[in-house]
Amino acid sequence: MKLRTPDVGAPEDAGAEQVSRADVVRRFVQGDLASLRVIFAIAVIWIVFQSQNDRFLSAVNLTNLFLQITAVGLISVGVVMALLIGEIDLSVGAVSGLSAAVMAVLNVKQGWNPWLAVAAGVATGAAIGFLQGALFTRFRIPSFVVTLAGSLSWLGALLLVLGHTGTVNLANSDITNLANTFYSPTVGWIFAAVAIALFAAITLAGYRDRIGAGVTTEPLGLLLFRVGIVAAVTIVAIAILNSDRGLPLALLILFAFVIGFQLVTTRTVFGRHLFAVGGNAEAARRAGIRVDSIRVIAFTLCSGMAAVGGIMAASRLLAVNQSSGGSNLLLEAIAGPVIAGTSLFGGRGSVWSALLGAVVIGSIANGMDLLALESSVKYMVTGGVLLAAVIIDAVARSQRQAEGRV
Amino acid sequence: MNGSGPILSCRGISKSFGPVQALDGVDFDVNRGEVVALVGDNGAGKSTLIKAIAGIYSIDDGRFLFEGSPVTIGGPKSATRLGIATVYQDLALCDNLDVVANLFLGQESVIGGAGHAARVLDETEMEHRSHDLLEQLSVTIPSVRSEVGTLSGGQRQQVAVARSLLGEPKVVMLDEPTAALGVVQTKQVLALIKRLRERDLGVIVVSHNLANIFAVADRIFVLRLGKRAGDFNAHETSEEQIVGAITGAEFGARPNGEAKGGVAR
Repeated sequence: MKLRTPDVGAPEDAGAEQVSRADVVRRFVQGDLASLRVIFAIAVIWIVFQSQNDRFLSAVNLTNLFLQITAVGLISVGVVMALLIGEIDLSVGAVSGLSAAVMAVLNVKQGWNPWLAVAAGVATGAAIGFLQGALFTRFRIPSFVVTLAGSLSWLGALLLVLGHTGTVNLANSDITNLANTFYSPTVGWIFAAVAIALFAAITLAGYRDRIGAGVTTEPLGLLLFRVGIVAAVTIVAIAILNSDRGLPLALLILFAFVIGFQLVTTRTVFGRHLFAVGGNAEAARRAGIRVDSIRVIAFTLCSGMAAVGGIMAASRLLAVNQSSGGSNLLLEAIAGPVIAGTSLFGGRGSVWSALLGAVVIGSIANGMDLLALESSVKYMVTGGVLLAAVIIDAVARSQRQAEGRV
Repeated sequence: MNGSGPILSCRGISKSFGPVQALDGVDFDVNRGEVVALVGDNGAGKSTLIKAIAGIYSIDDGRFLFEGSPVTIGGPKSATRLGIATVYQDLALCDNLDVVANLFLGQESVIGGAGHAARVLDETEMEHRSHDLLEQLSVTIPSVRSEVGTLSGGQRQQVAVARSLLGEPKVVMLDEPTAALGVVQTKQVLALIKRLRERDLGVIVVSHNLANIFAVADRIFVLRLGKRAGDFNAHETSEEQIVGAITGAEFGARPNGEAKGGVAR
């Protein structure tokens, strides 16, 4: 029933099939290697902290961990957009603070409807991203300079918007519920079932389409294995969350954005062009891609997601203050995806790396807090992890280049 | 019969950059099913002529005839629309994308129905067409899902040529297609050029390598200091004559004027 064009029959493809199966296995090893490496790292980190403090892997602490990483994870999703085109955005911290401040002031001081205020906050972030992207493409200034200058300016704007009190407390329950809502166990299990069913259905439908069309596909066993892993992780996660306060809305929001952006980057023409611009901007331009438009959109999405993250952080803190979006937030939001395999050189990576990287960094921070380590140690450990990740990225890149010259 | 006249005719093409006359009244033709080698020393005007035909440079004087009718080539897009495809020396491939993604870059297939508005990629359709195209051209690569960065130089060149054919061009221009390739890879690329001729395309090859040129070309067009220094039937000409025309050392060979498409077979 699927589109099978008559001129390519199965027999001619038999030879190619052999080759491509080996290639598929190789692609699995190479493509998923970065993710496997990170999952292994997470396992090691968790085991180490659990051995030092047996509360680390308790349901309550794991729930806290996920609540802690929501904001930085959402910001990282946006950072991945900038990294994929080979650029960087150093303003995401300040933008997250400013956007949250805009939301808070509009809702608390101006009495706006909470959802309108949230929308205005996100729009503020997106507008900043558009402006920075336009400056970057129009004047060909390196993106780190544009966004570094932006970062200072938005920090100033944050202070201006907050006014002389310097803090705006959030009272509206719609906004504070974003980060403080937990679902009952039943609802949690329903979400788990729906998520697993959807993932299995999409995976198997894709397999059936590709088999029907007579093109290469990953082996069914591998796909089923992947579905099994996802199902197992989902069930364990929901069981843990349910034994504490339940499935947090914040986690659902994080996953919704991660999955949404993952689909956009891997399944759409826009996503393909993001990777092309990051891989070889000149080739993309010659292929007729409007490179500058792609760049501006990437920066707009990046700052827009910084705003979303900032609003979630404000909801969790129940306030916006002068240090919102400050401290380590910027560095953690950029370090996370890089640790989890998104290249600083552009064209390689995935939105999943935002989530996985946030878990790595969040776990280290959370674990060191549980152990009551000094700030000095925490900073140095986090810095060391980031450095190690970037070295791995650089080594992998030079290996790829060596391979490409065979 | 392959039509009557040349598929592309350039008449009196002139182009100068400041005081430098890069092209000076050049007449140049390409026929269907013919491989024309464009040769000349550095600075002879080969690249300028290629880029003028590709629409990258606007010409100062002269005119183009495509399939017999006068046309203006206002830019790269208008050249592409006419059916002139160009494969540059640097290939312009994205190493981080696979073969299918590179072949369809900028002209991706999109699924129908609900996903159409979101411009969701139709991967099976693109992979299918990639298979077909590469099979027709007998291009051998490990898999259409291989990352282009992992391919050899010859395979990359073949992918770049295959990509230029997706727009159903009538003229394909190849800039130094065998530069920096090994012996086996060069053979593969030369075989591919012959298959382009079999598809009845007009093929223009810029190259410095006379051995490769004699291996594939039907006609050899020599430029020297921006002017036509000779137009030879490749099957009736010696390497010495070509070198003579390139360097201007000896002008013995008479340009044979009218080209004879399909003489190779």
